[in-house]
Amino acid sequence: MAVSDSFSVDSFLSARSFYGHTLTSPLMLGTAQYPSPDILRQAVLAAKPGVVTVSLRREGARQRAGQAFWSLIQELAVPVLPNTAGCYTAKEAITTAHMAREVFQTEWIKLEVIGEQDTLQPDVFGLVEAARVLSQEGFKVFPYTTEDLVVAEKLLAAGCEVLMPWGAPIGSGKGLNNLFGLRAMRAHFPDIPLVVDAGVGVPSHAAQALELGYDAVLINTAVARAGDPVSIARAFSLAVQAGALAYKADPIESRDMATPSTPVVGKPFLE
Amino acid sequence: MVQSENKQRILVKGAGVAGLVTAVTLAERGENVTLYDKGGRIGAGASWMAGGMLAPWCEAESAPPEITVKSIESIAWWKEHLPDVVCGGSLVLAPARDKGDLLQFGRKTSHFQEIGTEEIAHMEPDLAGRFHKGLFFPDEAHINPREALYALLERLKGLGGQAIFESVLPLEESSFDWVVVCTGLDDRAQCPNLRGVRGEMLLLRCCDMTLHRSIRMLHPRIPIYIVPRDDHVFMVGATMIESEESGGMSVRSIMELLNAAWALHPAFAEAEILEMGVGVRPSYPDNIPRVVQNGRSISINGMYRHGFLLAPTLAREAAEIICS
Repeated sequence: MAVSDSFSVDSFLSARSFYGHTLTSPLMLGTAQYPSPDILRQAVLAAKPGVVTVSLRREGARQRAGQAFWSLIQELAVPVLPNTAGCYTAKEAITTAHMAREVFQTEWIKLEVIGEQDTLQPDVFGLVEAARVLSQEGFKVFPYTTEDLVVAEKLLAAGCEVLMPWGAPIGSGKGLNNLFGLRAMRAHFPDIPLVVDAGVGVPSHAAQALELGYDAVLINTAVARAGDPVSIARAFSLAVQAGALAYKADPIESRDMATPSTPVVGKPFLE
Repeated sequence: MVQSENKQRILVKGAGVAGLVTAVTLAERGENVTLYDKGGRIGAGASWMAGGMLAPWCEAESAPPEITVKSIESIAWWKEHLPDVVCGGSLVLAPARDKGDLLQFGRKTSHFQEIGTEEIAHMEPDLAGRFHKGLFFPDEAHINPREALYALLERLKGLGGQAIFESVLPLEESSFDWVVVCTGLDDRAQCPNLRGVRGEMLLLRCCDMTLHRSIRMLHPRIPIYIVPRDDHVFMVGATMIESEESGGMSVRSIMELLNAAWALHPAFAEAEILEMGVGVRPSYPDNIPRVVQNGRSISINGMYRHGFLLAPTLAREAAEIICS
């Protein structure tokens, strides 16, 4: 029996809203790198994500040359969160956000300002700058950031109402690299919707993010580049449900048995 | 031999790889073939920019199994039709830190041998010591696509076929028994599911480098291939961008392709850039080509990145409809 059959949908949905919108699933699915648009479509059907993200490249925006692919995305009938992947400056990201608003008729923008070409680590300085400009223009900004609390504060001050810290570098599949940092972020911003974005490799990583109390996980490479994207999309869907249910169920604390704190009953003193 | 009075008159529209292979296939079956392209020459579309890799097993990394099954016969077809198919296999390599990608490539494909430092040095002496693990696909091959297109045109003429390269077809389509449409994105009215996938490629001349087979370099974001041509010329390709923009190559794409070539071997730093090319690949949503019959018209379209790999099989399928 599928998990969704035995629990009400509400039982794994976050109470925190994303700019007034409640996600229908804690899974956000990226649309890049699939073997074909058809396999992407099947993966979306299997994952039933709350949103799909789509990147807008300049080559596609000129004369709307990417329209054929965008139409395929829009036909998926899942809310679209356009992103600014591949932008290296605040200015580029702002321009791309404008194009995305026009193409997808949405004020949502997943803001990426990349600072380093190899690790794709965010340039948090450019990010805060672009977030401020876009928020003032009425955009609803979903910033891809690190787990740095000070940067997070500045993003909120710039107008962001959602934070998307990385788990590990984009496409690395390393999982949640800094558990302490992600936990601190959850504790520090109890009312802000938080999404682990980037670095997730396998469904257990996604479940772990939800177990920490995160509201959603964004996954792309781990689905698109798997040998069977459709099956792993379903696995991720189940994993985020499991993680969210577990978080709400108040799991037990782990215990360090290596440091006994009570007398050992039933064991005779040998001396 | 079919008697001339039994010949069917067939118009093949589009002189890319699909159209040329189809025209030759039909002419070889004794039909009266007219090839037409409004672009004024052969290869006015994406075929001109192709890599020319005949790599059924490597393609299984991202293509469904039916692509591999359908494309195996094409290597034999090209060997029958071209004098210089390079049958050296193909080699898949990855930089040391991306060796995980090599493992996954191997899990998604078949018909390869895992090879190490010594074998790589033996097969490609210029790469000696640079790579310590690779996958060798011994049954794969490559061709020079532009020379292949010219050779097919000569073959068609030799079989009595006619080729017309004018902006307007000077003949009535209704005067033909069959029309085979191989015009890619221009046939969108009949194939509304088609989309274009932009691809960019470079031609480099690097006199310090010799390679004997096509090489794929894996990378999490920028996988590339390098196909050696004659005279130390190398084709480096190709980007895959969901866009139908056919304008000039972007600086980013040039940097990415050149970076990857440089990572394969620093000698590419001194290479001469001969050409920067852009093509838009006609593709269906599943990236699998189709042969579709509609009355006396047959469409062969959606070749995606598999034009040279699949054209012989699709041409045979079309010919079986026409000649049955």
